[in-house]
Amino acid sequence: MSEVFVLAQFVGDKVAKTTGELATCGARIGDVTAIVLAAPGKGAALASQVTSGRIAKVVVIESADFDKFGVSASAAVLAHIVGEHKPAALLITSSAFGKELAGCIAVLTDSGLITDAVDVSSELVATQIVFGGSSTVHSRVSHGSAIITLRPNSVTPDLEKSSPEILNVSVAVGESAKHAEVISSQPPVAEGRPELTEAQIIVSGGRGTNGDFGPVETFADLLGAAVGASRAATDAGWYPHSHQVGQTGKTVSPQLYVACGISGAIQHRAGMQTSKTIVVINKDPEAPIFELADFGVVGDLFSVLPQASEGVKAHKS
Amino acid sequence: MNIAVCVKQVPDSWAEKKMNGGVLDRQGVDAVLNDLDEYAVEEALRIVEAHGGNGEGGANTITVISMGPERTADAVRKALSMGADAAIIVTDAALAGSDALATSKVLAKVIEGGKFDLVICGTESTDARMSVVPAMIAQRLAWAQLTFAGSVVVDAGAVTITRVTEAGVDTMKAQFPAVISVVEKINEPRYPSFKGIMAAKKKPVEIKDLASLGIDASQVGTAGAWSTVVDATPRPPKAAGIKIVDDGNGGKALVDFLVVKKFL
Ligand SMILES: Cc1cc2nc3c(=O)[nH]c(=O)nc-3n(C[C@H](O)[C@H](O)[C@H](O)COP(=O)(O)OP(=O)(O)OC[C@H]3O[C@@H](n4cnc5c(N)ncnc54)[C@H](O)[C@@H]3O)c2cc1C
Ligand SMILES: Nc1ncnc2c1ncn2[C@@H]1O[C@H](COP(=O)(O)O)[C@@H](O)[C@H]1O
Repeated sequence: MSEVFVLAQFVGDKVAKTTGELATCGARIGDVTAIVLAAPGKGAALASQVTSGRIAKVVVIESADFDKFGVSASAAVLAHIVGEHKPAALLITSSAFGKELAGCIAVLTDSGLITDAVDVSSELVATQIVFGGSSTVHSRVSHGSAIITLRPNSVTPDLEKSSPEILNVSVAVGESAKHAEVISSQPPVAEGRPELTEAQIIVSGGRGTNGDFGPVETFADLLGAAVGASRAATDAGWYPHSHQVGQTGKTVSPQLYVACGISGAIQHRAGMQTSKTIVVINKDPEAPIFELADFGVVGDLFSVLPQASEGVKAHKS
Repeated sequence: MNIAVCVKQVPDSWAEKKMNGGVLDRQGVDAVLNDLDEYAVEEALRIVEAHGGNGEGGANTITVISMGPERTADAVRKALSMGADAAIIVTDAALAGSDALATSKVLAKVIEGGKFDLVICGTESTDARMSVVPAMIAQRLAWAQLTFAGSVVVDAGAVTITRVTEAGVDTMKAQFPAVISVVEKINEPRYPSFKGIMAAKKKPVEIKDLASLGIDASQVGTAGAWSTVVDATPRPPKAAGIKIVDDGNGGKALVDFLVVKKFL
């Protein structure tokens, strides 16, 4: 059976759900080896959490250079082991970091690259949804190891637990990967809500909130949802940029997306239109976001949302 | 200081896009300068303005580089009218269907041929939406990679950026030469002035083909693409949903919908 590499992903010290999603796709194709890139001394604790899905091996590589030199250092190390083992595929989570990493590895190993896949079949055919959700494309890599980035939340992770063999490997980062140095790092502020790209439900607010995200947050918390925002809301400083959904923000595809006071500009849709169910609250019946809505309420979010929140509370009790 | 700005011509974001035999049909839609690349042009202008300018006698140059079909010249013209000095366009029939690997190969080759200190890109082309070309160019040139910049400061042959991504904000620093990509929050691109538009008509635009770059046609285009499209199908339009007007019970109706859909 062929070998498939997946890059384990972590949020702080915790394994990310997307790691299980990658392993699930990987196991369809071959024996899964999860790669853990860690700061010195941190590898064992991270590796022990990589158990979701059918994972045969976990390879741990520790180096201070990953944090110090960013994408280039990780790319150099991954390209080295891809070159050595020639796996059928290397699967990485789609994010700014993941896509750049994939691009660099594709260059270094002379391999084909597919980004933003929503699925990968046992035959290594990747599915992408392109052009504003209007087309489905199936494609495959025809040269080298298939370097594929997978969108978070697109594949249902296999919950079966494995107890993979853990191997420690050392790979040095070459000088050519050390041109740009990270001087300081500020991780995003944790707020106790689910991560936007991992959330099953997202409630988003736009200019229509007029700066008051209170009703949006209350409704989100009742549903255990993440909070998103349009660019109008992040530009105005009403919500942090890290919550922006859209072309230049995050691409999300939750089970449920609730858009409140968002008009549905093409750049916003680019980030949310693959959501499975879309609910809209907007006082303008002509707002283009209604074209995407499975359920739309033409109304004021300041009366509809509080009433809905009360309704959820009543339903739960 | 010599700066190269990579810009791409893309179908208008608002136009309906169609696939034709697995590739985007670029014929039927209006083409514009990728709006995310306007921020790259603007940032280049601001960097040189902070360091003696690029006007006559100024110590700096800004060269726009673009790979694409002949009409790419229109997008390049816009960058020139904003204030860039010159342009290099790579156009060749064999380039049609190029993947990001080939695009980065061609752009890196052009950059190698000049004496650039900095290359500035947008973060994403609105049609391909891969966000990989800047990283790939940096990798091919073995230059510093400073991508997703929310701010750029250039000082004495070094460049410092803040990298703004979902993973937080990092401050990164490198010596020249470096490849930078800028996010759309970084600046407000200027509109070309009438004077700028007139001046752009006289600015040098060099057209190169693959042969002049020493790249074999088999390495690019559909022939050299290392991923192949198996099939491309339009997705069925979304079935019309339920739309109600709030009569005082809109919130309740919404909750009922969530219950029916088993979200509650
Ligand atoms: C290069 C570029 C990149 C971009 N990237 C992104 C991106 O990543 N994400 C993004 O979102 N946008 C992005 N945009 C911006 C995008 O074009 C829109 O400007 C933005 O999405 C608008 O945000 P909005 O819908 O909140 O505001 P508006 O378009 O102003 O819409 C506000 C809506 O709220 C409704 N409303 C007002 N008051 C109420 C109320 N009390 N109750 C209910 N409804 C109310 C109004 O009817 C209106 O429909 C980008 C633009 C550019 C040029
Ligand atoms: N054909 C091209 N010509 C010039 N620059 C390009 C081209 N394709 C991509 N780029 C640059 O790379 C950035 C990212 O593009 P992409 O990786 O395609 O999303 C763009 O914003 C441009 O700056």
